[in-house]
Amino acid sequence: MSEATPTSTAAPDRAAKLPAQSPPVDPAETAAAADHAVSGGRLSWWRGEGGEGAKRNLGLIAVLVALVVIGALTRPDLYSNADWVWANTLTILKLASVVGVVTVGMTFVIIGGGIDLSVGAIVALAGVWATTVATQSYGAGGMIFCALTVGLGVGLVNGLLISYGRLVPFIATLAMLVAARGLAAELSDKQTQVSNNTTINDIASTNLLGIPLLVYILAAVVIAGWVLLNRTTFGRRTVAVGGNPEAARLAGINVKRHTVMLYALSGLCCGIAAIMLTAQATSAQAAMANLYELDAIAAAIIGGTLLSGGRGTIIGSLLGVIIFSTITNLFAINGLTSEAQNMVKGGIIVAAVLVQQVQFRSLTQFLGRNRLTTT
Amino acid sequence: MTQNSRDLSRRRLLFGGAAVGAGVLLAGCTSNETEPTAAQTKGADAAASGNAAPGQKVVIGFSAPAADHGWLAAITTNAKAQAAAYSDVEFKTVEAGADAAAQRAALSTLISQKPNVIVMLPHDGKELNAAGLEAMKAGIPVVNLDRAFPDALAYRLQIKGDNYGMGVAAANYIVAQLKAKGVSNPVIGEIPGIDSLELTQERSKGFADTLAQNGLRVSNRRPAEFTADSGQQAATGLLQALPKIDAIWNHDDDQGIGVLAAINQANRKEFFMVGGAGSKKAMEDIQADNTVLKATVTYSPSMASSAISLARLIGQGKGMSDLVELQVPKEIILASETITKENASNYLKLGF
Repeated sequence: MSEATPTSTAAPDRAAKLPAQSPPVDPAETAAAADHAVSGGRLSWWRGEGGEGAKRNLGLIAVLVALVVIGALTRPDLYSNADWVWANTLTILKLASVVGVVTVGMTFVIIGGGIDLSVGAIVALAGVWATTVATQSYGAGGMIFCALTVGLGVGLVNGLLISYGRLVPFIATLAMLVAARGLAAELSDKQTQVSNNTTINDIASTNLLGIPLLVYILAAVVIAGWVLLNRTTFGRRTVAVGGNPEAARLAGINVKRHTVMLYALSGLCCGIAAIMLTAQATSAQAAMANLYELDAIAAAIIGGTLLSGGRGTIIGSLLGVIIFSTITNLFAINGLTSEAQNMVKGGIIVAAVLVQQVQFRSLTQFLGRNRLTTT
Repeated sequence: MTQNSRDLSRRRLLFGGAAVGAGVLLAGCTSNETEPTAAQTKGADAAASGNAAPGQKVVIGFSAPAADHGWLAAITTNAKAQAAAYSDVEFKTVEAGADAAAQRAALSTLISQKPNVIVMLPHDGKELNAAGLEAMKAGIPVVNLDRAFPDALAYRLQIKGDNYGMGVAAANYIVAQLKAKGVSNPVIGEIPGIDSLELTQERSKGFADTLAQNGLRVSNRRPAEFTADSGQQAATGLLQALPKIDAIWNHDDDQGIGVLAAINQANRKEFFMVGGAGSKKAMEDIQADNTVLKATVTYSPSMASSAISLARLIGQGKGMSDLVELQVPKEIILASETITKENASNYLKLGF
């Protein structure tokens, strides 16, 4: 993967948008800036396309508001109760928490020019490994350590295969998807492993100051991811490697080692998610976290992450996950079938990408032409 | 420079050591020796009838999908254990692999080995119909376990659970309980398994039909995927949609682990729940009577043990000793039984 991922797709886009700079409302959008930093551009990195990222996120928030309004219109009996609305909001966030953590890792991998299809399988493997009878005998600390180490380890293997084994990320992680689920089935003997550890199970039911612990974990991972992507050399390098690996290499970045670290990070996120999911279900099995890879990729994409790498925001990905869990919730409270829900989900993915491609380009050009934006 | 490289090598040593250490630790954590659930067999010695006495040797070929669910795992375990209980049975198993195509390939290998009888749980009855026909044509009687072939020529015996009856049993229990409590206009939730499967649709139809006879209906239905984590999510949605519930039917006890977790996490207990399939854990919960789970309707994997016993009789050309007929019947549909606190102890040995 370190060999030549062309950035040409992003380049004209960027050129068109450069005049339309707005104040650094949301510094999360950093992609172009890093490229500039690498190629000696003079823009200060946190300005970059910050304005455009913020606009994209505003679009996602508008979708979110629309979904809530639809919910309120279809179930006024529920939405008229403030307590219920608050509890429902927390439920949506809790529903988003596991996929959200996975998506943060996925966002890094995609920005870095890769893809990780094995995340769901890693969650299952880490969850199963952490709930074997032997691991449970070491208590909650042992289970958490086990899940995190398994996640990190599998991520490392992915990274090594891709960087040094020169496998295409799609193939390497597809192989891992199959293999990790196989190993999970082997370890669990195809049974559902019940977690008897109350400390672990309490993770899903504990509230601090009225907010579920799971939501705090999601927030912590998102904040850590945001800082890592936007405020550290690691983040700058990630964007550079994904945007133009050859330029990154010439600029002195160890592209291979960096790629390994990206997949390890994604694996670690899966380890965290495994503990959260095990706590929620009070059990683990080889078939758990089914198709989470698709949920995570879809959330990252509608959050504005460029599938070819070099651009993406953590906040956008988070919004993507929350939009999906809000849709699930919306269909649940209206008692609609899951078939309809999947069709709507598919439609939203396509619509989100279309809107981002068409609308923003013309909108920014329009604004630029009419000098409506000022710096 | 040397200083630098020494630092580097020390760092590598540290990291390498940590990695090896973690690896060793993790490898130690793979052992998984739970108390094995006793397989559901009926020993050859238990029955005093003539059929149990060792007779002509029978080679039974067996094929079931690779299990990712407790129920399927129990099917294979039971079949193996029941075969081992007979001294005159030789048991040949081929794993069916991941899908219908893989199972078809495995079955043709099995047919070429010419066993006396084949017992199979197909991935999908319709897709494996041809394999059943092929075996029957080769003169090998086929025992279809649970997933019916559309073609009657494709099997000698079909033994299966009653999916429609499961729904009926669950609805009957719920209706009786609600009547006893005097609830008018009850709110009933349903958490089925994978919705695209025919078995799920049959279960839901039995449930809905029986409720309708009593003038009731399902208020909300959130399908899960037979896994605990999907059960947890489906239940969370259901609880959110219905602020007050009177009864829930959850189709599957394995996913029920997650459903119960969601109910605890939401701190709800104003309703009672009926499970499905009959796992050991569900029966223990019902017996302990400390959760909302008050009953479960069976779809027991003990049918695999019975299938092996019947395959042996077919191979030996005998009938079932309690029946008048000289041969094993062509179709057996197990009744779905309702397990409650009162009778749970009788069923515990059949839990998986």
